[in-house]
Order: sequence, then structure tokens, then C-alpha cells
Amino acid sequence: MVGIIGYGTQIPRFRIKVEEIAKVWGADPVALKRGLNLNEKSVPAPDEDCATLAVNAARDAVKRAGINPAEIGAVYVGSESHPYAVKPTGTIVSEALGACPFVHTADLEFACKAGTEGMFIALQLVKAGAVKYALAVGADTSQGAPGDALEYSASAGAAAFVMGADNLVAELVDTHAYMTDTPDFWRREHAHYPEHGGRFTGEPAYKKHITGAVNAILDKTGLKPSDFNYMIFHQPNGKFPVQVAKKMGFTEPQYRYGLLTPTLGNTYSGSSPMGLAATLDEAGPDELILLVSYGSGAGSDAFVFKTTERLPEIRDLAPKVKKQLDTNKTYLEYGAYAKFRRKILKPE
Amino acid sequence: MNVPKHWRESPQRYRMEAGKCRKCERIFFPGRLVCPECGHTGFDMVKLSGKGKLHTFTVIRTAPSGFTDFAPYAVGIVELDEGIRILGQITDCDPDSLQTGDRLTSKFRRMNDEGKTGMIMYSYKFVPDNGI
Ligand SMILES: [Zn+2]
Repeated sequence: MVGIIGYGTQIPRFRIKVEEIAKVWGADPVALKRGLNLNEKSVPAPDEDCATLAVNAARDAVKRAGINPAEIGAVYVGSESHPYAVKPTGTIVSEALGACPFVHTADLEFACKAGTEGMFIALQLVKAGAVKYALAVGADTSQGAPGDALEYSASAGAAAFVMGADNLVAELVDTHAYMTDTPDFWRREHAHYPEHGGRFTGEPAYKKHITGAVNAILDKTGLKPSDFNYMIFHQPNGKFPVQVAKKMGFTEPQYRYGLLTPTLGNTYSGSSPMGLAATLDEAGPDELILLVSYGSGAGSDAFVFKTTERLPEIRDLAPKVKKQLDTNKTYLEYGAYAKFRRKILKPE
Repeated sequence: MNVPKHWRESPQRYRMEAGKCRKCERIFFPGRLVCPECGHTGFDMVKLSGKGKLHTFTVIRTAPSGFTDFAPYAVGIVELDEGIRILGQITDCDPDSLQTGDRLTSKFRRMNDEGKTGMIMYSYKFVPDNGI
């Protein structure tokens, strides 16, 4: 038996509302909010980046796991906003946790599914008996080009999971991947902002891969949508995951804890992992959770987890997602937001 | 070039590792080779909790190079629950609303960088303790 033994998250305290961005670009905020099911998004402080969010989330994951960080044998950080082009974020995270030096680490990149890629590898390494504990983090401080549709959703946050073979809070039941070469979104080397295929990002990209991964794991496990207590799909906005969920026979009570985008935005590599963390904050023992990520490029990783008796015992050892999301918020105007995100710079 | 210095200080900056004298049990941050209290040379490594209260602080409005984007920001002396006082930047707050005695907790944050292509330096900083 392998699975999650601890989890933690970090959400910055700053927010910007859809109205504030729309005002600058002459867009209609009512249409945007309704069309995307999105109200506001998190914004990283000037001294936060993918590495700091990852470290702060990972510390809470280790706290909930109740382990000695020196026993973590593998650390994987998934992100599309690693602070360095060359020099791993994983080294910073491992050093800050006290996992060095007997630790294997790598940075992963696969648009919004880099976080679950790390979870996939971490779980399989523990299952193979190669390491005692493995840490996987999804962390991003993503940017959309000024005025682009992505500027309304691209946000910041991190979710971290310690995987192990005993003292589980959620047992891994099964995994399944679904991946094709689909050019729906990309960022070239040295480019500041990504480009995307507009409407092409819906049907042949997000919807096809999520649906493909869900059908594959349902087939493999013999489960059906109504067997799950909870489900989390990747959330590029608040509309896509709800549309696909409903079409596949899932219902609102199943995604109510995991759907965070309307007030968080899209935390990219942190998105579906953060939804899983928020669901673990609320789920009871012996409940089934379906997690399906999506990363442009494109692919989906599906996981089925079953919660254990230990989950309610450890969840209060660190702040819950809802508390990080709903309390101590500071709203920014577009000018301060542009400065924080280095969209405007002082001369050197 | 601050790379070697920053790297040498990473146990303190990344993990808040302090030295505890094996004889008189006083804690020093950063750690020392000889205890200034009792002269003992044996120390145990202890990780500081990062939790404490604001003892005193000042607000930096004209920041040195590398920190100008953060101004105004507060730098304070924090009395940790372990009983020792340490210096640190206080972030995630309006510096003019801080008061001595405020409960603070530490977070891992970006301190500064050596220009657009240089090394990024990380450290602990303090934030108001809101339980998140
Ligand atoms: Zn002494």
C-alpha cells in the first residue's frame, strides 16, 4: 500500500479582481465573470516565487506527515515558472527542508500538469521500494500577457504531497495517463508570456484529454462516476471542469470542495493538486477521490485515492486551503499588480 | 559577488539552524565555535521555531540597491519563543501598521537577486502570524 502521508499548500495573500483587470483593457467584466466562472485570482508578493511557495507548502506537508525530512529520498517540483532556466528549484526545496544530501531531485515541466507528474513519479518510486518517502510539489507564479484572456486567470500557489508506504492519509488505488502531442499552448525560450490556440484549447485539448483519462481509469478500476465521494479536474477557469464533469455524470457535491478557480484563479501546476488538498481538508475516512490533471501540450494524469482514518487526525496540523484562500486577503489595483508581476520596471 | 557568502549562510537562512551550548544550554544564532557565556566549545544544532513577537523595528524607505522594489519595508528584531532575539525583514504587511509585541512567524522568501541574470538569494523573513 502506498499513498499520501502528508500535504500542505501555500497561497499568496494578494488578490486582483476580474473587474480591475477588465477596466484597464476595456473588457466587459460581467461577460468575463460569467463566461469563465472566475471572480478574482491570487497574485504573488514581490518576494514570492515558485521556489518560496514550494518550500512553504512542503514544510506544511512534512509537518502533517510527521516525518524526519532527512528520510525523504526524492523531491520533484513541477512548474512552468521555475525561477532559474538552469538550476533546479528542487535543490532549493530540498535544502530548505533539510532533505539533503541523500535525495534524488528533478524539476518537471508540463504546463499545468507538472505537479501531478511529480506525484505520479513519487508514488511509483515509493511503490517500487526505491525510497522510503518522496515529495512532490506543484508550484507556479504564472503570467498571462497584458490584456490576454489568460491574464484574468493566471495566478500563484503551491501544493505539496509527501508519499509513503505507511501512516497513509489517502491510499493510492490506481493511476492512468492519457497523452498526445497537441499544440494548444506554449512558451518559447526567452519569451516572457505564453501563446495559445484560443478556442482550440477547449474541445481537442482540455476536454479530450480529461475525458480520455477519466474513461481510462474508470475502465481500469471498474469504478463509475457515482462511486466517487469527490472529484477534482484541472481548473484553467471555473467553466471547463464543471462542463466536463456534468457531461461525464459527476455532480456538484462531488466537486464542491475541489473547485477553487472562481476565487483562486489558475495556479497551473498547483491547480488540481490544490483542489485535492482542499478536498482532503474536508473528506472523511474511507472516501474515494478522483483527481485528473491537465497540461497543455497535452496530457492528463488520473489518480484514484481512498482516504484513511488518519486523515482527520493530521489535517489540523497545518492551515487549510480554505483559510489561506478566504482570510487575510489584500486586493491590488492594476498598477501595483503590474509592478508586483514586473510588467512595469524602473530603469536600472 | 555574494554567492559564496550566501551559500555559507544557507543553514541559517534556509533552515534557521542555531547552535545550543551543551554546557550552559544558551542558544546562538548564527551558531558559534566558542560559547561567549561559558567558554564551552561543544554545540548541538537546533532548528529555531521561527515564531515569536516583534521586539523593535524600523521602516526602510530609502532602500539599498537590490531592495528598492520592496520599499517601504520593515526590518525588526524578533524575540523568538525560544527566548533569543534575531534580526529579520518583515514582509506581507503594511510596515506602518506594525506594533512592537505583534506575533510573527517565519516564511521562506526571496531576499534579493544579483541583477536580472545573477543568483537569486532566499532567506527566512517574518510575516504577521495569521495562522496561515
Ligand atoms: Zn555555554
